[in-house]
Amino acid sequence: MADRYTDIVNTPIGKAIVKQFGLPSPIPLERYKPGQPVTSGPVLLGGAPGGRLAPELTKILKAIDAETYTPLVDDLRIAAAAADLDAKIFNAEVAGAELKFKGLVFDATGIKSPAELNALWAFFSPTIRRVKTCGRVIVLGTTPELCKDPEEHVAQRALEGFTRSFAKEVKKAATCQLVYVAPKAENQIESTVRFFLSPKSAYVSAQVVRISAGKASPKLDWDKPLVGKVALVTGAARGIGEAMAHTLARDGAHVIVLDVPQAAEAAAAVAADIGGSDLAVDITALDAPKVIADYLLKSHGGVDIVVHNAGITRDKTLGRMKQEVWDLVIAINLQAIHQIDTMLVALDVLREGGRIVAVSSIAGIAGNFGQTNYGTSKAGVIGVVNAYAPLAAKSGRTLNAVAPGFIETQMTAAIPLTIREAGRRMNSMSQGGLPVDVAETVAWFASPASGGVNGNVVRVCGQSLIGA
Amino acid sequence: MTKHVRRVAIVGGIRIPFARQNGPYAQASNQDMLTTTLQALVDKYSLSNVTIGEVAAGAVLKHSRDFNLTRESVLGTTLAADTPAFDVQQACGTSLETTILLAGKIALGQIDSAIAGGVDTTSDAPIGVNEDLRKILLELNRSKSAADRLKAAAKIRPQMIVPNIPGNMEPRTGLSMGEHAAIMAKEWGVTREEQDELTVRSHRHLAAAYDTGFMGDLVTPYLGLERDQNLRPDSSIEKLAKLKPVFGGPEGTMTAGNSTPLSDGASCVLLATEEWAKARGLPILAYFVDGQVSAVDHVHKHEGLLMAPTVAVSQLIDRNGLTLQDFDIYEIHEAFASQVLCTLKAWEDPVYCKERLGRKTAMGSIPVEKINPHGGSLGAGHPFGATGARLVAALAKGLHAKGSGSRGLISVCAAGGLGVTAILEA
Repeated sequence: MADRYTDIVNTPIGKAIVKQFGLPSPIPLERYKPGQPVTSGPVLLGGAPGGRLAPELTKILKAIDAETYTPLVDDLRIAAAAADLDAKIFNAEVAGAELKFKGLVFDATGIKSPAELNALWAFFSPTIRRVKTCGRVIVLGTTPELCKDPEEHVAQRALEGFTRSFAKEVKKAATCQLVYVAPKAENQIESTVRFFLSPKSAYVSAQVVRISAGKASPKLDWDKPLVGKVALVTGAARGIGEAMAHTLARDGAHVIVLDVPQAAEAAAAVAADIGGSDLAVDITALDAPKVIADYLLKSHGGVDIVVHNAGITRDKTLGRMKQEVWDLVIAINLQAIHQIDTMLVALDVLREGGRIVAVSSIAGIAGNFGQTNYGTSKAGVIGVVNAYAPLAAKSGRTLNAVAPGFIETQMTAAIPLTIREAGRRMNSMSQGGLPVDVAETVAWFASPASGGVNGNVVRVCGQSLIGA
Repeated sequence: MTKHVRRVAIVGGIRIPFARQNGPYAQASNQDMLTTTLQALVDKYSLSNVTIGEVAAGAVLKHSRDFNLTRESVLGTTLAADTPAFDVQQACGTSLETTILLAGKIALGQIDSAIAGGVDTTSDAPIGVNEDLRKILLELNRSKSAADRLKAAAKIRPQMIVPNIPGNMEPRTGLSMGEHAAIMAKEWGVTREEQDELTVRSHRHLAAAYDTGFMGDLVTPYLGLERDQNLRPDSSIEKLAKLKPVFGGPEGTMTAGNSTPLSDGASCVLLATEEWAKARGLPILAYFVDGQVSAVDHVHKHEGLLMAPTVAVSQLIDRNGLTLQDFDIYEIHEAFASQVLCTLKAWEDPVYCKERLGRKTAMGSIPVEKINPHGGSLGAGHPFGATGARLVAALAKGLHAKGSGSRGLISVCAAGGLGVTAILEA
């Protein structure tokens, strides 16, 4: 499971060898530790003229106490003053080379035509080399499908190509995301901006997130956003699921660690560790949805967060694959999600503001040799998001999926070395992610402040080349 | 006790042309220059044998023997010898401060007339004895016996010959004024081009003021100099662009062109009550309205050393119920082009105006043609103590030309994080 290559290349001799032979040179990713600030360095806020997000962005930067710089532009300075944000001034023409940024945040909502896309060039060309190691870059635009003007639609859609390319160019383990904010959804962006600025999104890059309008989010203790919430995580006895349980508990949730009866002991240990509960259920059993629903109602009065993490692989080329194997993978990875959700909603177990998070996979996006069953199931998960997220929104709930890339787990440790190394290195971070990277993404979806984050599939893959 | 505050008239001012360091005034002392300038004012307004209420002037670089510089200078003129005087030292704000102080005395009815001025020489600067040597010499002086004297004298070492030369270093930061301005320029993102443009304007405006005769009665020739030695009427962006940075490192934007040079010179203005002026048939160019001196904390809060005028003007306009746009002429001392640009940007910046000045909105911008319309310190040069009175005289005359009701603002930054500002109106 250990990534020895990364350890070696970060020694002085290793660095020299890597340089000599042009080998991938992964940089150790900074990851979040409880209590640390959202960002550990200066943030530069920019925007195309006429953008609508400066008031909200400056409020957020003030709230996270970021050392903020802006160009001396009226929109931004007026917004900063209104937010009581004592923003410093950045002028690329005269700023010293020593001034580097941990975060670049750009409000692109003012871009109304392809010609105006040069605002991206103007802001980022002089600043891309000022991004610090493990820096964070966020571009915020307007959801293209919701633009009334076709010119604006085109320009906003174009942002995606920029952020994905920028993410590849920026290097230094920095990330770059595109956040599409629907009209009137300005007040829904805080949890997303915080997540993408922080080390919590260490292995998430080149993603596109859509934020929709909704009720103003409640006041939150951002260190414990899930206090008072009940979370169910399936397949949580080990691996990524275990990390999810830990992370949701860290954020204040009471977590129910669900796994198959064979793993009951491990599940109980995890639950004990985080002060949660454990539940041994085979989710493919016919009565599983009812058992789970009854348990949640009886023991916890309902549930706020459901994470469908349980999943298996049964790899075989299609010609040699037996039907039972096909059926089992589809049943666990895909059908169980729908069955459990339907029961929880029908019996009113999933409370108002509930959050459902499903786990897809890069294999569901790109496909994998020997994984026709697995790929089908994980693509199906994306279908679940697409089909049900609009329904969830109607009842004030959200449904999103996380799609892990190469994550260092027992499952990936079992992959043959050459394929494993390819998976590890063929991404913008030149390394695999950790279970916690997936867990942090789930925690962001689960936040009470993420009501506008609905219907998204976010990859945690370090911008993997596979399926990109 | 007077029952009400009296209006303070500005009769007019005069100065000698400003010279560059070690130029034509290299041999002139502060007292020489101040005496000459006061005498020029006496001649201009027929004040021989007149007793003036009080004269206040001062210099930044001052010999200890000049402890009564102004009084001694008065005694060297044809003013009545019973004219009292005092010295003030407030860095580059000196002669605006003397104006404010004396205007206050007139307003309160303590005096009816006054001369405010200032002088400085960077050529005839006081050089101190080496600090170690000074201590030994003082010990020698205290010694009572020959043996003690010998003991003290034996401590003298050859290296103690190195004298103590005054520098324009901020005592609490160890940085020169220019380095401080360079930090501010960087903080505010001020470009080289902006600074050079402002510098060219300063030279051209001053040259025009000479050519049109505006300067005619504001400057009296001295030691062969008829115009400011630093003035380059043919100054251009192209020429300035060739200069190497002198502050802010090799990537810096501040050059010898867009920073004021070390200069020598003196200036003064005549203030009076309306009655005093009218009784002598003297003109009234303008009135002194109000003055404000403020400071920033460049030591603990690391505020921009030369940003204090932003604070002073903010307070001054509020007290007088004015906005920054309510002026016809702005005389902003150009210590460095970058200082002026930082000040203007600060007033335009909603964040600075809220966070530093406690205002709800930005103070706003000023039309560039209203700033230093008759030239500024970059063109004229900047003898520290003399600049304030130069500004008062030029503004009073400029407002008089604009006509009754016109209003002007003076803003001067000074060492120690000081800002000295005033309002005049015609």
